[in-house]
Amino acid sequence: MNAVAAPLRMDASRDHTHLHVALVGNPNCGKTALFNLLTGTRQKVANYAGVTIERKEGHYTAPSGRSVRVLDLPGAYSLAATSPDEAITRDVVTGQHAQEAAPDLIVCVADATNLRLHLRFVLEIARLGRPMLLALNMMDAARRRGIRIDTAALAQKLGMPVVETIAVKHGGANALIAQIDDAPPTHPYPQPATPSADLHAEVRSILAATVSVPRRTAAIDDAIDRVVLHPVLGLAILAIVMFLIFQAVFSWATPLHDGIDEGMQAAGAWIGNALPDGALRSLLTDGVFAGLGTVLAFLPQILILFLFILCLEESGYLPRAAFLLDRMMLSAGLTGRSFIPLLSSFACAIPGIMATRSIPDPRDRLTTILIAPLMTCSARLPVYALLIAAFIPQRTVLGVFNLQGIVLFTLYIGGIVSALLVAWVIKRLRRDKSEHALMMELPSYRMPHPRDIAIGLYERGMIFVKRVGGIILALTVLLWFLSSFPAPPAGASEPAIHYSLAGMIGRGLHTVFAPLGFNWQICIALVPGLAAREVAVSSLATVYALAGNEDGLQAVVAAQWSLATALSLLAWYVFAPMCISTLATVKRETGSMRNVLVLAGYLFGLAYLASLATYQIAKALGA
Amino acid sequence: MLLSELAMGASATVIEVKDSVTDDRIAQRLRDLGFVAGEPVRLVARGPLGADPLLVQIGYTRFALRRAEAARVTITTEAAP
Repeated sequence: MNAVAAPLRMDASRDHTHLHVALVGNPNCGKTALFNLLTGTRQKVANYAGVTIERKEGHYTAPSGRSVRVLDLPGAYSLAATSPDEAITRDVVTGQHAQEAAPDLIVCVADATNLRLHLRFVLEIARLGRPMLLALNMMDAARRRGIRIDTAALAQKLGMPVVETIAVKHGGANALIAQIDDAPPTHPYPQPATPSADLHAEVRSILAATVSVPRRTAAIDDAIDRVVLHPVLGLAILAIVMFLIFQAVFSWATPLHDGIDEGMQAAGAWIGNALPDGALRSLLTDGVFAGLGTVLAFLPQILILFLFILCLEESGYLPRAAFLLDRMMLSAGLTGRSFIPLLSSFACAIPGIMATRSIPDPRDRLTTILIAPLMTCSARLPVYALLIAAFIPQRTVLGVFNLQGIVLFTLYIGGIVSALLVAWVIKRLRRDKSEHALMMELPSYRMPHPRDIAIGLYERGMIFVKRVGGIILALTVLLWFLSSFPAPPAGASEPAIHYSLAGMIGRGLHTVFAPLGFNWQICIALVPGLAAREVAVSSLATVYALAGNEDGLQAVVAAQWSLATALSLLAWYVFAPMCISTLATVKRETGSMRNVLVLAGYLFGLAYLASLATYQIAKALGA
Repeated sequence: MLLSELAMGASATVIEVKDSVTDDRIAQRLRDLGFVAGEPVRLVARGPLGADPLLVQIGYTRFALRRAEAARVTITTEAAP
C-alpha cells in the first residue's frame, strides 16, 4: 500500500502549484488559532491512521494563486516525544511518518511572550536542516507587555525567515502568507542533535542579543492566579464554575433535548400518516425517526458542554482547574483533567466521554472513559423515579430528610463510590505501572476568540453526528426489528412484543436473571432498553399493555413486584451496561473494540453481582 | 536542596535534574522544559490538598509539577537573584 502511495506523493510535491506546509510549535503557542485564521472553514478533521489523535488539515489560496495545504500538527515541547501526539509531530517533521509526506515547509509557531521556552524547540527543529521559517505569534500581547523583539537580528541568528503574526486579528497572518508565497524556502544547516542544556544556553544567548523583556510574567496573570489558585477562594470559584456547567448541561439542554425528541416523533408520525399501516410505516416512525431523534437529541448537551470546555480551555482556566483537583483525582488513579469529563457524565456519558479529549495522557484518558458510565446519567432518572415512587414510602427521616430523596442520593453515591473503586482496580491491574507525569503548563490568560470557539463546536458536533450517529441509528433500527418481528399470531392474548424476537430473547434471559428477582416482563423491557436507558420505562409499559399510561404502570408495578425485585432493579441501573450510544462513543473515541468489550463486560458483571446481592439480602430480610 | 522542599514564594537556582530511574523520561522532559543548571525558579502556588501539585515559575512559564516530579530537581537558594 505504502509502496504504491509513495510515488504519487512525490509527484504531488514536485507539482509547484501545491505547497504542503506543516504548523509546528509548543502547546499554547496559538498554533490552532493561526491555523483557523489561515484556513477558515476549509478544514478537514480526521484521525491519524490507527490512533485516535486528531489530524487537522486545511487549505488556502495564496495571493499568487498557488494552493497551500496546511497541516496543523499536535503541539509538542520536544522531539523527544513523551506522548502519542508528540510522536506524530516528531515523525512528520523528521519525514519518518508512514502515511504523511514530509512537508515542503515547516512553519514553527512560537508565542512571542514565551520565547524562553519556545525557542528551544525551534532550535531543536532547525537542527534537522529542513526548510522552515519562524512565526512569532501573539505579537499584540508581546507589545502590550512591553516586550521588544529585534526580528531582523533574530532571523539572522536563527538562519531562517522570521515573521510576526497575530492569530486573533483579521489579517494578522498576512506577513506569514506573503513570506510563504514569495520567498523560496531556506534550509538551515543540519546539525547533530544537541543536549538540552546546550540548546538552552543558545536560547539564552540569542534572547540576550535580540529581545528585551521588562517583566517575566504578565502582571494580570499573577493577579488572577493569586485568587484562582488560592486554596480556599480558588476551590470556591471552581465549585461555582462546575455548578454552572452541570446546571447548563443538565437543565438548559433539557428543553432542547425534549424539543428535538418530540419534533422527530412528530416528523415520523407525519410521514407515517402518509403511509399505509404496516411494517414500512413502523420502520420509519419507530425505527429510523426514533433513532434520528436519539442521535440529534444528544446534540444540545454536547454543544453546551463543549461551549464551556472550549471557553475554559482557550481562556487558560482548564489547566488551573486541573491543578486544583489533581491531588484528589490522583489518589483514585486519575488526573486533575478527569474531573470535567466525569462531572459531565452525570448529565450523559456521551458528551463526558467526548470531553476526555482534553486529557493528553492516553492511560489517564482510558481510565476516565472506562469509569464515566458509572456516573448516574439523567437517562436513569425515569427508571429511578418510577421505582422509587412505587416502592419507597413518602416518609420523613430524622425530622428533615425525605426517605425517597435519601434513596435517590444513595444511588448517586453508589455510582461515584463504584467509579472510584473501579479506577483503583484499573490502577492495580494495568500493565503500565510507571509514573505518569503531570508537568502541566499553566498558560497566560487569554480572551477566547469567537471564531476558534465556533470552529471547535462545529467539529465536535460533526464528529458526533457523522461518526457516532451512524452507529446509533443502525442499532436503533436493529432493536426496532427485534421488537417488531415476528408479528403476533392471530388472536394473540399478550402484547405484540411478547411474540417478537426481543420477547423471545427477554424470556430466554429470564433464566439468567431469575436469581436477581427479575420477572420476564423486566427481561423483555431490558432488550429495547439497550437503545437508551429511559426507553426501558416505556418498554415496560408496552409489555404490561399500558403503552402511554406510565402512571398506570406505577400502580401495576407496585402491586405485582416485590420490594426485593424493585431494589434489585435499582441496583442494576446504578451500573446499567445497556446503553448502545455510550458503547458506540467509546468505540469511536478509543478506536478499540476491546475497550468496548471490557467496559460492557465489567459493567454487566458489577450490575449482576450488585443486583444478586441486593435481591438475596432483601429477600432474606423479608422484603 | 530539592525543588519540592522550596518554601512558598521563595526563589532558587537550578543545579541539575537527577534521573530517578535509568533513562528517566520525566527527568529528560524537565530538562527540555528549561530545568537546567543556572536557571532561576520560583514557587508560585501549591495545590489545596497536601500542598500538591507545586506551581513553579521558570523562564517566562509556569509549570504545575507533582511533588515526585519536583523532587528530581536539585536547587540552591544561595546566589538566587
